[in-house]
Amino acid sequence: MNQDKQARREISISFTRHIVLVVIIVSFTPMIVVSGIILDQYYTSYREKLYAHLNEMVHKHTQNIDGFLTERLNDIKFLSQTCGDDQLINESVLYEKLVLLQRNSGNVFEDLGIINEAGIQIAYAGPYKLEQAFYAEEEWFQEALQHQYYISDVFLGLRSRPHFIVSVRNVYQNERVLLRATINFEAFNALVENLRIGATGFAFIVNQKGKYQTRPHYDLIQNAPSYLQVIKKAEQKENGVYVGTVSDVFRNKDLIFLAAPLKNEDWMLVFQQEREDAYEDLKRTQIIAGIIIFVGALMIVLMNLFFFHKAVGRIAEADKAKEMMNRQVIETGKMASVGRLAAGIAHEINNPVAIMVEEAGWIDDLLNDGDFDECKNLDELKNSLKQINTQGKRCKDITHKLLSFARKTGSKLEQIQINDTIEEVIGLFDKSTYSRISFELNLAEELPPIYGSRTELQQVLLNLVNNAVYFLEKEGGTIRIATNFDNDNVFIVVEDNGPGIPKSNLERVFDPFFTTKPVGKGSGLGLAICYGIIKRRGGEITVSSAVDAGTSFEIRLPLGGQDQSSDNRPLPPESIPA
Amino acid sequence: MEDRPTGSPQKIKLLLVDDEKDFVEVLTKRLKSRGFDVTAAYCGAEAIQALRKVDFDVAILDLKMEDMNGLEVLKIFKKMYSDMQVIILSGHETEQTVREGMEYGAFEYLSKPCEFEALVRTLHDATSAANT
Repeated sequence: MNQDKQARREISISFTRHIVLVVIIVSFTPMIVVSGIILDQYYTSYREKLYAHLNEMVHKHTQNIDGFLTERLNDIKFLSQTCGDDQLINESVLYEKLVLLQRNSGNVFEDLGIINEAGIQIAYAGPYKLEQAFYAEEEWFQEALQHQYYISDVFLGLRSRPHFIVSVRNVYQNERVLLRATINFEAFNALVENLRIGATGFAFIVNQKGKYQTRPHYDLIQNAPSYLQVIKKAEQKENGVYVGTVSDVFRNKDLIFLAAPLKNEDWMLVFQQEREDAYEDLKRTQIIAGIIIFVGALMIVLMNLFFFHKAVGRIAEADKAKEMMNRQVIETGKMASVGRLAAGIAHEINNPVAIMVEEAGWIDDLLNDGDFDECKNLDELKNSLKQINTQGKRCKDITHKLLSFARKTGSKLEQIQINDTIEEVIGLFDKSTYSRISFELNLAEELPPIYGSRTELQQVLLNLVNNAVYFLEKEGGTIRIATNFDNDNVFIVVEDNGPGIPKSNLERVFDPFFTTKPVGKGSGLGLAICYGIIKRRGGEITVSSAVDAGTSFEIRLPLGGQDQSSDNRPLPPESIPA
Repeated sequence: MEDRPTGSPQKIKLLLVDDEKDFVEVLTKRLKSRGFDVTAAYCGAEAIQALRKVDFDVAILDLKMEDMNGLEVLKIFKKMYSDMQVIILSGHETEQTVREGMEYGAFEYLSKPCEFEALVRTLHDATSAANT
C-alpha cells in the first residue's frame, strides 16, 4: 500500500515536472524569439537613428567649419581688394583694419601682417612683436606663396601658440607679397568643441599628415596617421561622411567614429565616441527589457508551478475517487455474482431438500400406520426422522436467506421513522438477559422519515445489533446507535466496544457465508443480507474496526428512497436454472 | 397400504405436476395415503393431456419444468378448466413469479420444501373454496 502511494507520488512528481517543463518550453520559446526579434529590431533602428543623427551633426559642423574658413578667407580677400597693399603697408591702416575685422567677426582675427617674397613681415598689426619677423623658412609661408588664397594648418610658429593663418597673395612693386591674418585658435577650436555628445563623444580636426588641428578632448589616438587610414577604409556615406568603428587598444575600448573631409580635403573633421557611451540608452532599454522579460518568465514559472501543483492535486483526487468508485463497482459486481450463484444454489437445493423431507415424511406416515409398532427401535427411527425434518427446515432457512440476499423481496415500501424502528429493535433485547450489555442511543431529533421497507430496515438493524450482542455477550460492553442526517441522506451508526474485527477479515465481512461464529451459530448471511438491502435502497454500508477497540457500521440511506433492485437484481427469474 | 379415511365422501381428484420424478413419487404416495386421488404428470404436456381426460378438483404445479414454464401451464389450465384450483409448489420463488402466479389465478403459492401438513391444509382449503 505504501509502495503504491510512493509510486503514485513519484508518478505525480514526474508528471508535474514533465508538464511544467513542456509549458515552460512552449511559453518561453515564443517569448524568447519575440523578445530577441524585438530587441534586434530595436538595436538596428536605434543604431540607424544614432548614426543618422551623428551623420547630420558631423555634416552640419563640417559645413559650419568650412563656412567659417571661407568667410575668414573672404574677409581677407575683401580687405586686400578694397585697400590694396600700398595702403596696408602702413601699419596704422593695417591696425585700423584689424580692429574693424575684429569688430565684425568677434575677435576671430588675432593679427594682420604683410610679408614680402623674401619672407620678411614688412607690416604687422597685432598683439605680438612680430614686425620684421622672418618667415622664409616656414613651411606655411612657402605654401602660401604658391597659392593665391591659402589657409594653413595649425602650427605654433614664432609666438609659440597654436594658430593658423589665412593669406591672400598679391603683387606689390613687382614682388609677391602675402596679406596674412592669424585666426584665433580658441575661436576656431570652440567651433569643433561644440560638437559634444554624451560623456565621451567629441570632435577634432586632423590634417592629412595626422596632426591635430584642434585640441582633442584627450589624446585618444596615439597613432593618428594610421587612424586616418582606418577612417579612409571605412564605409563612406552619400554625403561623404566616413562611418566605422575602431578599437582603442590602449584603453581597451571600442570606438565609433564619423569623419568628414574639410577644407578641400586637407583636413578631416572626426567625431568619435566610445561605443558603450553611444549605446548607453540602448543598453538601459535592454536592461529594462531584460528585467521585464526575466520577471515575466519568473511569473510564468511560478504560475505554472502553482497551477500545475493544483491541477496535479485535483488529478490525484480524481484518481482517488475513481479508484474508490472502481472498488465499489468491483464490490457491487462481486456481490451481484455471488448473489446470482447463491440464488442458483438455493433453487437447486430446494428440490432435493423437498424430496428428502417428503421421503422422511413418508417414512413417518408409514411408521404411524402402526405396522412397525412392534419394532424395538421405533423411537430411534422417529427421532431420526424428526432430525431429518429439522435439518430440512434448516436448509430451507438457509436457502431463503440466500434468496433474500440475492433478490428483490416483496416488502412493502412506506415512510419509515428510523428512530422508531431502532427503538423497536432495541426493545427486542430483554434487559435482564443481556444485563452485561448497555445500549446507548444518540438519535437525531427531527430526523426526516425515509421511504423504504420497514421489515428490511428491521432486518438490517437486527442483524447488526445481534452481531454486536453476540460478540459482547461474554465480556459485556456498550452498543451505541446514533442517527444523523443532511440534506440528502440519513446516517445510522451502530458501534460496539467489543473485540473488533481483524484487518484480514474486514474486507470479507459482507461476503455471503463469511462467518467467524462457530458452526451452527451463524450462517454468514446476516451482513450479506444487510449489504444487499442497503444497496438495493440506493444506500451504502461501511464497516470500520480495530481489534480490541470495537466495530462501527455506518449506513447511509438516501432521503428520497430509491429502489434499485430492478437495476441491480442479481438474479432475473428467467435465468434461474431448473 | 390403505387409504386413510378423509372428511369428504368422494375423493378429491388431484393432478400433481412436477418434473422431479422422485418428488412426484413420494408426494403421490403420501397424498394418496391422505385420501387424495392423485394423478401424476412429469411435464407440462403430460399435465395438459391428463386434464383433457379428467376434470380434476385441484392441481399442484411446479414452475420450472423442462418443456414448459409452469406459469404457461397455469394459463392453459385456467383456459381449459377454470373450476380447477391450482396450487403452485415451487423451489423457485421470486417476487415476480409469486405475483404472476396469483395474477393468473393460482389459489396459493407454496415454496419447496413445504410442510406436508400445510400442503394438505391448503389442498382442502382450495377444494372447499371451489365448492362454495
